[in-house]
Amino acid sequence: MAQAAAKHGENHAHGHDHGHHDPQEMKILGFWFFLISDVILFSVLFATFIVLRDNSAGGPILSELIKMPGVIAETFILLTSSFTSGLAVLAMNQGKVKQLINWLIVTAVLGASFIALEVYEFIEMVHEGFSYTTSAASGAFFTLVGTHGLHVSLGLIWMIGLMFQLKKRGITDVTRGKINVISLYWHFLDVVWIFLLSIVYLMGVM
Amino acid sequence: MAEHNSHDSHGHEQHGSLKSYVIGFILSVVLTIIPLVVVLNDMMGKTGTLIVILGTAALQFVVQLFFFMHIRETEKPRWNVMALIFGLLIMMTIVIGSIWIMLNNAVAH
Repeated sequence: MAQAAAKHGENHAHGHDHGHHDPQEMKILGFWFFLISDVILFSVLFATFIVLRDNSAGGPILSELIKMPGVIAETFILLTSSFTSGLAVLAMNQGKVKQLINWLIVTAVLGASFIALEVYEFIEMVHEGFSYTTSAASGAFFTLVGTHGLHVSLGLIWMIGLMFQLKKRGITDVTRGKINVISLYWHFLDVVWIFLLSIVYLMGVM
Repeated sequence: MAEHNSHDSHGHEQHGSLKSYVIGFILSVVLTIIPLVVVLNDMMGKTGTLIVILGTAALQFVVQLFFFMHIRETEKPRWNVMALIFGLLIMMTIVIGSIWIMLNNAVAH
């Protein structure tokens, strides 16, 4: 037993020598696993939407309600915010807290404008008689696009919380890991939006 | 600017440079504008437009993966890449499988 314990200890030390899996690296890997489970969530919603997109049940048709100028604005706002969240990580790697917080503020403001535009778009659609329960197409549309919007909104709340933490504690190993993770999340949301733009909007109006 | 060596002894700090973010951003903007121009001006037939939309989306996905999410800079073995490939496999199965089955249903009624 003692031998086993000693052996175990040895293995443990051995493991430490070789695999330099520091906790931050493992946290980022864990977050990748979360993102991939989110990919599967979105793929189910995409499949549902693609299958149901033409089932308008005599109600308004989605492709006639899409207003491209708003969608194009949303696209470039989110793309830019993905870029600025990357700049925030760069500022962090150079140890500049102030610059880091400022880039996070820019990212959050862009994210909030994206959400505002999207909510405005939804309200207009509902005014035109295209609400959540109108048809299979409308239900699938709001669920898919709304789930993405919900992700962005949660990311915003998370980001604001991190700004306060950065103000209080500065750049430590813990906050550094958190910033790396949220920037990964933010890039991921931009990737999902590319597919929303392509499949929901561009294929809708073509 | 040249060196950020205050804490890069572990090598996990060097996630990207300004250059990689700027290149990624410019490529993403270009890859977004191409399908927009094609769709809004009705420049191609249905199949051509579909290929352009899906092709540029896939390319932009790759661009963001490499230039923004730094998938190449993770430690080996790259569990995240393997998990991602697995996730994409499930995604394709769900999406293509659903379309295939439901199109057959649509024919039936």
